[in-house]
Amino acid sequence: MASTAPQAVSGAPAGPNLFTRLKLRDLVLIPVIFLVMIIGSFVSSSFLLPENLLNVLQQSSELSILVIAQSLILICGKFDLSLESTVGIAPMFAAWLMISDTYIGGSGYGISGYAGIAVLFAVGLIVGAINGLLVVKLKLNAFITTLAVLILLRGMTLGITNGQTLFDLPEEFLYLGTAKWAGIPCSIWIAGVLFLLFGLLMRYHRVGRAIYAIGGNAEAARVAGIPVERITIGVFIVGSLLAALAGLLLTGRIASVMAGQGQNMIFYVFAAAVIGGIGLNGGQGRMIGALTGVLLLGLLQNVLTLSGIAAFWIDACYGAIILLALIITRLTGEAPRE
Amino acid sequence: MQSVRMTNQSTNLAAEAHGIVKRFGPIEVLHDVAISIPVGDARALVGRNGAGKSTLVGLLTGIYGANAGEIRLGGKPAPALGDRQAWRERVACVYQRWMVIPHLTVGENLFLNNQPRGALGLVDWRRLRDRSMAALKEWDLDVSPDIDAWRLTVEQRQIVEIARALLQGSRFIILDEPTAELERKEVNRLFDRIRGLQASGVTFLYISHHLEEIYEICRTVTVMRDGRVVADAELEEFPKDRLVAAMVGDAAMVKREGVTATRTEGPAGLALSGLRLADAFEAIDLRVAPGECVGLAGLAGSGKDSVAETIAGLLKPDSGTVSILGTKAPLGDVAAMRAAGVGFVARDRHVRGLFPLLPVGDNLTTTVMDRFGAAGFVSPARQAAMVDKQIASIGIVASSGDQPIRELSGGNQQKAMLGRALASDPKVLVLVAPTQGVDIASKEAVYDIIDQAKARGMAVLVVSDDLDELTICDRVEVIFRGRLTRSFPRGWKDHDMVAAIEGLY
Repeated sequence: MASTAPQAVSGAPAGPNLFTRLKLRDLVLIPVIFLVMIIGSFVSSSFLLPENLLNVLQQSSELSILVIAQSLILICGKFDLSLESTVGIAPMFAAWLMISDTYIGGSGYGISGYAGIAVLFAVGLIVGAINGLLVVKLKLNAFITTLAVLILLRGMTLGITNGQTLFDLPEEFLYLGTAKWAGIPCSIWIAGVLFLLFGLLMRYHRVGRAIYAIGGNAEAARVAGIPVERITIGVFIVGSLLAALAGLLLTGRIASVMAGQGQNMIFYVFAAAVIGGIGLNGGQGRMIGALTGVLLLGLLQNVLTLSGIAAFWIDACYGAIILLALIITRLTGEAPRE
Repeated sequence: MQSVRMTNQSTNLAAEAHGIVKRFGPIEVLHDVAISIPVGDARALVGRNGAGKSTLVGLLTGIYGANAGEIRLGGKPAPALGDRQAWRERVACVYQRWMVIPHLTVGENLFLNNQPRGALGLVDWRRLRDRSMAALKEWDLDVSPDIDAWRLTVEQRQIVEIARALLQGSRFIILDEPTAELERKEVNRLFDRIRGLQASGVTFLYISHHLEEIYEICRTVTVMRDGRVVADAELEEFPKDRLVAAMVGDAAMVKREGVTATRTEGPAGLALSGLRLADAFEAIDLRVAPGECVGLAGLAGSGKDSVAETIAGLLKPDSGTVSILGTKAPLGDVAAMRAAGVGFVARDRHVRGLFPLLPVGDNLTTTVMDRFGAAGFVSPARQAAMVDKQIASIGIVASSGDQPIRELSGGNQQKAMLGRALASDPKVLVLVAPTQGVDIASKEAVYDIIDQAKARGMAVLVVSDDLDELTICDRVEVIFRGRLTRSFPRGWKDHDMVAAIEGLY
């Protein structure tokens, strides 16, 4: 190793890496996003219309809130697969309590829309706390624990209503998913503000810095007096609360709760986070990178839909392009994942 | 240097290299390096961090290719770079870090990629097990081949690695800081084994920062400095002061003792009273005056680390008190202990100190993040101001506070760990093995930092079994099986100290 480079640090040569040094890694997807937009403008004349782009943003807003949640948890060195099931169960349980008509699957309690929102976040809180306690206190593996919780909650979502879709929800409950502020859907505002908020907190708040420290070396964080357990449980809870919020927005947008709400979203959440530079081993990546990952996936989906590719082939194209994006980010200077 | 001998006795050399040039990018890190190690030799390879030792080892084990020069192993040209199996059969390296696969059994680790095979080329598990048992028995290693390798102690793990190397056919073994985590008794056992193997014709290249060990176990030494070999000698004719002089160049080192304490009146900086923790230590009474440096010496498992961790707030004692400048400190809470005035550097920075992915600045200010703004927000400007000041005052070599700490040398990483402990302006500094795995120059820098801390009136407790680290202390307390047994003022003899640490008195 070079005489200026470390000797006892790691087996791999730690040469200066322009991309990590300048933090361009977080922005590497931006040219790719532009490329997709240029291709999109050729594919369809309607692609660049403001309505279409706003539509893309709105459809990505729930995904992007989940990506914030998953990024927090990944940076902290953990996993949460159950986020997508929280997207389903939190609004489903709230809807069940809100609907007074038992013939359409309701509970008959008929609680108000505001109470429904409170119930929704309470469900998020409980799911996050359970995940956090199991992973942190019982030291269960996060992957398999949250997988089990995912299956459990999916099953409960089906069980509550025997697989029915619930309609006829109070207006207050649908408001955030349907309203527009200054001509732009409210869910876009919310996702944008959350990205800004969490981006700043992760960078400029000591709890954010502590999360990076925990993900990078939990034992060292403990020795340095960082409350590792408390922060990790907190991260799981915040993650699940965000997932519940995403469920609320999704419910508002489609004005109903489906039994399979949120299904398969977790795959796109991971894809967006990882191509956005969030490391799966913890301690790595930034919110701005995760945001570019979400935008890229959202635009791709839209371009593929507009391009007229047979609907059954869209997923395959999507997967191939995600792989390509990973290869590009690797080749543009990202350190190999260990 | 030895080219004549080399050509004549080529076949009796376990390893030889000459004219080696190695570049990483534009930087040439090895300049015309030559080394030749006769079969059965025990050769020490010493040099400060960055001298090129690791690069040379990388070349001798086929991890890198040289840009110029020739390497021969066992009298034959080195295998092609990609032919790992051929390299493994000729040379093996036991690193400081774990190179066994934790979730495979000991037996599988012994025969990694070399499993005995039976019909159809399938792994013959029974034979693998039998041969592992035989190997373990030969090595006096009282472990079952069926347990997972992560259950091994450091000592057992090293032996498994050496045994694996020999089973793979290698007769040339490189040991890279093998004793860093061993206690004295284990080191002796390791050395006995090395001597035994040497007698049977196995050749060793031994890398260590502990010069005493080198004199104990090695016959010859190669000294590297700035990418060159600067000395090749028999250790018998090469006293320690000359060895150190060769390592550091013109600036010869004087063994230092540190500044003597400026004892002040008043309450002790750190006072432990009747401290007891079940299965760790009991009846610990210890006073460290402000400006005094006290050593706490003991074997691994003697309780010395637990005492340190109790003062740091990582462990909560069953009874007893810790007082700082006469005030009883809250026990069992790291943040509260720090607020009461304790700065702590834990053993093994890789495991318990560094945040490798984070910049130097975050690593230095981990414990004082609340100082850079209101409501927990961190103002980058205010953080950077403190970081720059610390980098300058501690003498950390880094391109800036934004450089990831994993890119720094071991010595600079360790200085950063001290910087973190000092960041909270402590009144008491507790350092566990503060110079472990750092080169001589960085050791000196660490001692300078300790001297400065003493001058500023801090009470310093150095927890260690390294005689160099204990030499700088004003007084050394020995802990054996959880109890303080002896106290040495300055000027003790190495022999007495080792005897006391081992409990032989």
